[in-house]
Amino acid sequence: MEKILDLKYTYTEKKDTRSGFGDGLLEAGRNNPNVVGLCADLIGSLKMGAFQKEFPERFFQTGIAEANMIGLAAGMTIGGKIPFTGTFANFSTGRVYDQIRQSIAYSEKNVKICASHAGLTLGEDGATHQILEDVGMMKMLPNMTVIVPCDYNQTKAATLALVDHHGPAYLRFGRPNWPIFTPSDQKFEIGKAIKMIEGKDVSIFATGHLVWEAVVAEAMLREEGISAEVINIHTIKPLDEAAILESVGKTGCAVSAEEHQVNGGLGDSIAQVLVRNMPSPLEYIGVNDSFGESGTPTQLLEKYGLNAENIVKAAKKAISRK
Amino acid sequence: MEKKSIDQLKKICSQVRRDCLRMVHAVQSGHPGAALGLTEYFVALYFQEMEHNSNFNMDGQGEDLFFLSNGHVSALWYSVLARTGYFSTEELKTFRKISSRLQGHPATEEGLPGVRIASGSLGQGLSVAIGAAQTKKLNRDNHLVYVMMGDGEQQEGQVWEAAMYAAHHKVDNLIAAIDYNGQQIDGPTEKVMDLKNLRAKYEAFGWDVVEIRNGNEMEEVLKGLEKAKSLTGKGKPVMILLYTEMGYGVDFMVGTHKWHGVAPNDEQLENALGQLKETLGDY
Ligand SMILES: Cc1ncc(C[n+]2csc(CCOP(=O)(O)OP(=O)(O)O)c2C)c(N)n1
Ligand SMILES: [Mg+2]
Repeated sequence: MEKILDLKYTYTEKKDTRSGFGDGLLEAGRNNPNVVGLCADLIGSLKMGAFQKEFPERFFQTGIAEANMIGLAAGMTIGGKIPFTGTFANFSTGRVYDQIRQSIAYSEKNVKICASHAGLTLGEDGATHQILEDVGMMKMLPNMTVIVPCDYNQTKAATLALVDHHGPAYLRFGRPNWPIFTPSDQKFEIGKAIKMIEGKDVSIFATGHLVWEAVVAEAMLREEGISAEVINIHTIKPLDEAAILESVGKTGCAVSAEEHQVNGGLGDSIAQVLVRNMPSPLEYIGVNDSFGESGTPTQLLEKYGLNAENIVKAAKKAISRK
Repeated sequence: MEKKSIDQLKKICSQVRRDCLRMVHAVQSGHPGAALGLTEYFVALYFQEMEHNSNFNMDGQGEDLFFLSNGHVSALWYSVLARTGYFSTEELKTFRKISSRLQGHPATEEGLPGVRIASGSLGQGLSVAIGAAQTKKLNRDNHLVYVMMGDGEQQEGQVWEAAMYAAHHKVDNLIAAIDYNGQQIDGPTEKVMDLKNLRAKYEAFGWDVVEIRNGNEMEEVLKGLEKAKSLTGKGKPVMILLYTEMGYGVDFMVGTHKWHGVAPNDEQLENALGQLKETLGDY
């Protein structure tokens, strides 16, 4: 299917976004001696092994004790270290929410909470591990920056950008191999959305893995004579309100697409911006108030309505509501 | 349940290991290591030691309850539940597949008989089991609550909050067990985060501790469980330190964290099944 579509972006390689984090962290460690890494018994899954190997004195294995890890990281910032914590997204957020809230967000500590295996696409491990509420929890915290990159290159760039950004941050990435379709030399500007494709009939605001699905959806819509604009919202907080208003000002309607609950996700943030400034039809692509389940990433995106076909339907619906 | 001979139980163990390996192989995902290591304990519990009803009822009044805190051992639990009649062994084919009741980690949402609470996020099961044990007391239900945890899992702080609570509240209708395999994901527990002396720790928290030095020897497991049962009702919670070997029963899997969460390929599966010849009939 993807083959015969005239896609505006193509790829020659697929890779997991978590590897972008691992490679970015290694480079960050080389660039900046204050970068330290912490991990709670998931070094392989988080791709932190290379950093550990090259900087053993700056790497801390905490064992399966995430709450302790968050506290340790907060403490390490006092004296100038820049801690990057690593575990699955569920155990990076829900598990340790109060620790993050008090010791990192409220105390404004320069900790980078790096979270892999987010969303449905972690696959077979099932709902206990598939957190779909993490972006909501993190974006509600004052002082917290929330970043969800779309591919390997962007995750690597985001990891590096976080070194120079002072303050609490949540970086969300995933497990599956995914198309690499953004340039490897693209600078990552926190809070600055990227217009991937120009269009005039509908704005698709996508984040994370679903940016690729939005790119596919754009080609499908184009075949039907619909011109979609695709915008990569890699930073959910602070949200690039100007980019959203500029786009919807032109297209008049929007679709949000994310691997997260509709409640509390990117779509909700966009809705706020639109309602306050420019009330316009908005359709949400996200998980509708349910938990996930075991399955392959592709099956799950289909079953829960998060793939390109669903974005196409949502786009048409948004247009019809104009 | 009628008493089974040691030979019969060993034969069941071989079949259960075959099930675990075939389930994990079929989806190329899941956790064979601890499943193989804990087979004797699960078979001893479900086929011999626990009073339980395969005609499943969530409240489980008038029967012993079992909770799995280290939920990644799901394949083993599902096999034992199927083979004690909670659901058909055919259903094991759906393990970890889309729209299955056999989720990667145990869940209640799909209504799988035998499972009373979701697990997978480590460190939570002991608290739940203690709560269920206290409900049994409130209900004047004279049955026991069993809970299984991992040794790496002991690194979670919540485990120790629960340990303190259970002794303080004299939860003596509880038999907890730790899969003392000395392994976790990143390596041996000793290297990752040393547990030091677990026996002394639990005793200091006010528990009775039973050691099963060879948790892969059926006779020893049965004896240990009998001992643990004899210690219940005496004002203290009971902990079994169950020494096992991760990957037990398959020579290339045994004793290493490498098989914690990796599925065998076709060739490895065939090799492994060749080492577990006794069968009751594969699903
Ligand atoms: C709260 C939490 N943190 C991390 C994980 C990821 N994880 C799954 S199993 C495991 C290792 C568990 O070690 P142990 O309890 O010894 O089990 P074993 O490896 O022996 O099966 C980890 C870290 C998890 N499931 N839950
Ligand atoms: Mg272990």
